[in-house]
Amino acid sequence: MTTIPSTTPKAKPDEQFDDLTQQRHADLMGMWLFLATELMLFGGVFTGFVVYRYAYPEAFAEAATHLDLVLGMLNTGLLVTSSLFMALSERAVGADRKRLTLLFLLITIGMGAVFLGIKGYEWHHEYSQGLMPILGLEFVYSGQHADRAQLFFNFYYAMTGLHAMHMGVGMIWLMVMVVFTLRWRDPPRLRRQFQISGLYWAFVDVMWIFIFTLLYLLRASS
Amino acid sequence: MSDDAASSRAPESYLTHGWRWRDWLLTTDHKRVAWLYTVSITGFFFLGGIAALLIRLELMTPQGDLVSADIYNQLFTIHGVVMVWFFLIPSIPNTLGNFLLPLMIGAKDLAFPRLNLLSWYIYTLGGIFTMAAVITSGVDTGWTFYTPLSTQFTDTAVIAAIAGVFVVGFSSILTGINFIVTTHKMRAPGLTWFRLPLFVWANYATSLVMVLATPVLSATLLLLIMERLLGIGIFDPRLGGDPILFQHLFWFYSHPAVYIMILPGMGVVSELITCFSRKTVFGYHGMALSILAISVFGFLVWGHHMFVAGQSLYAGIMFSLFSFLVALPSAIKTFNWTATLYKGRLIFASPMIYALSFIGLFTIGGFTGIFLASLAVDIHVHDTYFVVAHFHYIMVGSMVTAYLGGLHFWWPKMTGRLYPEVWAKVASLALFIGFNLTFFPQYLLGYAGMPRRYQTYPEDFQILHAMSSLGAGVLAIGYLLPLGYLLWSLRWGARAPADPWRAAGLEWRTGSPPPPHNFLKPQTVSGPPYDYDTLDNPQGEAR
Repeated sequence: MTTIPSTTPKAKPDEQFDDLTQQRHADLMGMWLFLATELMLFGGVFTGFVVYRYAYPEAFAEAATHLDLVLGMLNTGLLVTSSLFMALSERAVGADRKRLTLLFLLITIGMGAVFLGIKGYEWHHEYSQGLMPILGLEFVYSGQHADRAQLFFNFYYAMTGLHAMHMGVGMIWLMVMVVFTLRWRDPPRLRRQFQISGLYWAFVDVMWIFIFTLLYLLRASS
Repeated sequence: MSDDAASSRAPESYLTHGWRWRDWLLTTDHKRVAWLYTVSITGFFFLGGIAALLIRLELMTPQGDLVSADIYNQLFTIHGVVMVWFFLIPSIPNTLGNFLLPLMIGAKDLAFPRLNLLSWYIYTLGGIFTMAAVITSGVDTGWTFYTPLSTQFTDTAVIAAIAGVFVVGFSSILTGINFIVTTHKMRAPGLTWFRLPLFVWANYATSLVMVLATPVLSATLLLLIMERLLGIGIFDPRLGGDPILFQHLFWFYSHPAVYIMILPGMGVVSELITCFSRKTVFGYHGMALSILAISVFGFLVWGHHMFVAGQSLYAGIMFSLFSFLVALPSAIKTFNWTATLYKGRLIFASPMIYALSFIGLFTIGGFTGIFLASLAVDIHVHDTYFVVAHFHYIMVGSMVTAYLGGLHFWWPKMTGRLYPEVWAKVASLALFIGFNLTFFPQYLLGYAGMPRRYQTYPEDFQILHAMSSLGAGVLAIGYLLPLGYLLWSLRWGARAPADPWRAAGLEWRTGSPPPPHNFLKPQTVSGPPYDYDTLDNPQGEAR
């Protein structure tokens, strides 16, 4: 029951294309280009951070010790594992295994949700410690160079916020994919959609690894 | 598909294919989306033009008498925001490019037709939203939204305006992705990279810049919004930020964006010059590669906007050097256009007059760019009318001229109608004369020390300012005339043949206007582009 013949009569390319291969190549290239633009978006913010990290090395290294390394590592592990399941779901859809595809997809979404939950808990924790210098809140900081540490936390919220926004978009996107999987029409199209979704999910994962390295790992030894 | 019935009436084309609202507003046909864009950008262009005209009227006299200083600031903000973000950036790529790119490469449509329509909606709705915010709240920051003015001092809806520009950026990104994928994946058999028309090369290079630079602008504007709304201090010194960082990030996009605004014009002019010289373009490979070179160098020169903003001397020297380097590919192009003219059989049709105007104005604008790229000279003329004149020579003198030239050249293809040639010649000359009269005096004003963005000035400057304002009136005629006779031609113009200019290129091998999927049968390409020798001498093999 789980296997469905892959060549249904509906498997036709969109009218502007000559054949399915051309369409698949075009779709994938479009997605890679989109990811290049996303990279430039994150890159602009990363560059800004690196400039200040270089300008105020000690203050930033010390400010980083106020982040929760354990939770950060946990989240990194979660996100990398979720990418594994996303990749597995691509394999499953390629093998025409509908229920397996659905299972892997739901695990991916679930791990994304746990990631965002932990991130929210971290933000709340920092808020209760007075480490949230945004929205006009008072910034309470015990270490040296409080003003520079404030800049560090500004970047922290900008970068993790931007990333969390992308996670949210990705999860909505994957929920749409759940609906498409349940319907299971036009398998070649579904495979293209899974490849493209997988690229996006992996990209958001990789961005987190950069954020984790820049913000959490480049810290002073305590 | 009975041939008899079709031949007695006007042939079926993309224009005859349905005229209900949803046939246009929900179309995915690139040719119709091109028209949607044409209507939108024309609206924005005249809005920005009205602001410019009011500015020039105010500057007729040394005192501020027509409008108050606040209104003056708002006028140049409206003019800049509209013209840069909503006219120049989408102008040629989204109208002519949208229409012609699939035709020129023998494709049925762009790779992502629905994305193309989406980008028009983003652009138009975002543009209207931005203009509503700018006009109702009186945003007065100029089109650059420099911090700390935009974050700390102005009490206008600058965040709404920036959010609008941010959203419109996605329209550029989507168009860029669409064009790049289409150029890579949808070319007709035999159409190798070095057989592509230069217009396609120009749009390809433009798309690369759009895709790589626009996101950085998005990030910058996003940080600005975060700072104003959430108090995340990136640019505000009181919150630990740095205002100069905004200028770096802003110009990292906005200087390449200048090339978004000129490269497509170079592509158009290359097509026009070669067609009306009846000669293949001189140095095709050099032309194609220099377009790419300009788009790459364009990323390395942003610091020349900040020579006096306190960046290090060494950074200044490097940015100055790279800015000079842009002159190399630009000069290659200018020399090659001239060499294409040499010993050509020139036909002075109106598109050709526009193209020749372009070469002259681009040369003047380019040369004065060299002045500005020199560190020492820039300190003297920075933020003066010299700069204003320089970039208007490039953006208006070159780009708008190229746009109008291209619009005339491909008008028969787009509409199936011919426009009145005499009026077009008058309009093209009015544009050239009016433009020079408007902006050449501004070089002299700037060199004499007239700063930009000032409402009042010493009496000594009045003659030059009055010349400039008078020129703006002539220039307005150069814009209004085409609006009139092109619209007239839609109904009363003579029907155009498939190839009215006897031009090379796949777009002329199909009907005017083209059928819904562009070509009735698949196209193949077997030779180099611009083969005018063979085209003009069909039996010329024995020559």
